[in-house]
Amino acid sequence: MSKLNVEKIRKDFPILSRKIDGKQLVYLDNAATSQKPKVVIDALTEYYQGYNANIHRGIHTLAEEATDAYESVRETVRAFIDAGHTHEIIFTSGTTEAINLVAHSWGNANILPGDEIVLTAMEHHSNLIPWQRLAAERSAKLVFIPITEDGQLDMAEAKKLISDKTKIVAVTQMSNVFGTITPIKELADLAHARGAVILVDGAQGVPHVKTSVRELDIDFLAFSMHKMLGPTGVGILYGKTDLLNAMPPFQSGGHMITTVTRDKATWAELPWKFEAGTRNIADVIASGKAIEYLSALGMDNVREHEIEITKYALDKLSELGDITIFGPKDATLRGGVIAFNVDAIHAHDIGQICADAAIAVRAGHHCCQPLMRDLNVMGTARASFYIYNTREEVDLLFEALKEADKVLGHVAVR
Amino acid sequence: MSLSDDLYRETILDHYHNPRNHGAIEHPTAQVEGVNPLCGDELTLYLSVKDGKIEDVKLTAKGCSINTASGSMMSELLLGKSVDEANEIVDLFKRMMLDKTEEVELPEDLEDLEALRGVKKYPVRIKCALLPWNTMLEGLGNALKSPAP
Ligand SMILES: Cc1ncc(COP(=O)(O)O)c(C=O)c1O
Repeated sequence: MSKLNVEKIRKDFPILSRKIDGKQLVYLDNAATSQKPKVVIDALTEYYQGYNANIHRGIHTLAEEATDAYESVRETVRAFIDAGHTHEIIFTSGTTEAINLVAHSWGNANILPGDEIVLTAMEHHSNLIPWQRLAAERSAKLVFIPITEDGQLDMAEAKKLISDKTKIVAVTQMSNVFGTITPIKELADLAHARGAVILVDGAQGVPHVKTSVRELDIDFLAFSMHKMLGPTGVGILYGKTDLLNAMPPFQSGGHMITTVTRDKATWAELPWKFEAGTRNIADVIASGKAIEYLSALGMDNVREHEIEITKYALDKLSELGDITIFGPKDATLRGGVIAFNVDAIHAHDIGQICADAAIAVRAGHHCCQPLMRDLNVMGTARASFYIYNTREEVDLLFEALKEADKVLGHVAVR
Repeated sequence: MSLSDDLYRETILDHYHNPRNHGAIEHPTAQVEGVNPLCGDELTLYLSVKDGKIEDVKLTAKGCSINTASGSMMSELLLGKSVDEANEIVDLFKRMMLDKTEEVELPEDLEDLEALRGVKKYPVRIKCALLPWNTMLEGLGNALKSPAP
């Protein structure tokens, strides 16, 4: 058994005692957003009630306290992902903004006509659309690493597709559909051997798997705090110093400059060059508490708990003969994200029947429309776990799916 | 009683498991595709209209239970009606589903549609119930414009 004390953890999350129509909430939509522990919620109130001020601007006490609190989170994040310097940590509004920053700022400076951008067939729209736009603007080409039957990257193909034409490899660290954990170090080595850089979409990976940007030799890493116990509205972009220094600013305005004349301006140093305007101070400060909470649990323990519950869920749900489960069958190759369909029942019907049992699961295309087309499904239902989920909750999901199968399954083929 | 019982009442389940007028018409007067971009539901509606009357209607749907059942009930009720009558029924049904201020009453011959009233409680799914009907409106408009075959 993992070292996480799940019962104790659950007490730290006020929302988990919520009842819906008299039934205990079962929250299994963690890949969309996680719930927040009380320490994170309290940090927001403490900031607004105790030291709300704009940062880097005033010399009064509140401004100093707010600036210290905000900047200290940069160090918390640096340590969490094992980056070399705090100035390599840029606060954004989310993974999406972090990827857009790189696609725009690095992309426009580095991508030339005929260059290739290598993605995978299972990217979230966030790590697809920004590259589509860049490729269209720069007459570059998108290349997709295919996936195998059980939702893993076809690495033999990856070796062929990453070539001298490749300028950047942009891949997810963990699929938000299959849960597949991708071989980042191997992909980074392939990219670097061809003089390309690698961007890792860590939105699903970083919250669940210990991630060292230095060990994995990652050039850019993007992730969102709201999927790892933090508030919405904060994302992190990690970038290697040399790359960030060579990039022009993304947005411009107040706060990202050193001197300004009527005609021109010089940019502030890293990281502030990429943090134009008043940032999301309160949520960044609360994000620090989320990371401290995860670090205290230990990311190895988090991972171990998730392997256990994922293995249990894969076995349990398979007992339902009519179920199709996507992605790797081996829990050690994947995170706690399980996409599935029951018989030919529409995902929204499954979602509805689960919702009636106070179980929150996701139903739809999961922002992966091209992948859904590859799988030849309109959508899937998806259950995703985190530190506070239990086997009993998996059992409740199983019961709801059995009910769905009974009421709506076995339709004549249309 | 769980909400599911309410939503998946017998009538809906009956039409879901055995959708009426399922299939295609070889030479339709109108053929319209309907999509619900939110959930990817798709349906194709085939109409055969002659002398202002719906002589045949067929549907192929790829969607959820609500969408399928709603389309099936619609086809059953509108078959044989004049285009004007059909437009009136579509209008009435849409008002029943969308009117937030008053309960729109249905006449006796449309009482099957009562089963769909429960869907109103689930705002995201109202669109599923309306998709066949909105597609029908478009189809009726097209059928009138196109010359008789
Ligand atoms: C793999 C992946 N990438 C990117 C994102 C986008 O994250 P955000 O919406 O926080 O910017 C998500 C979240 O849904 C995701 O699962």
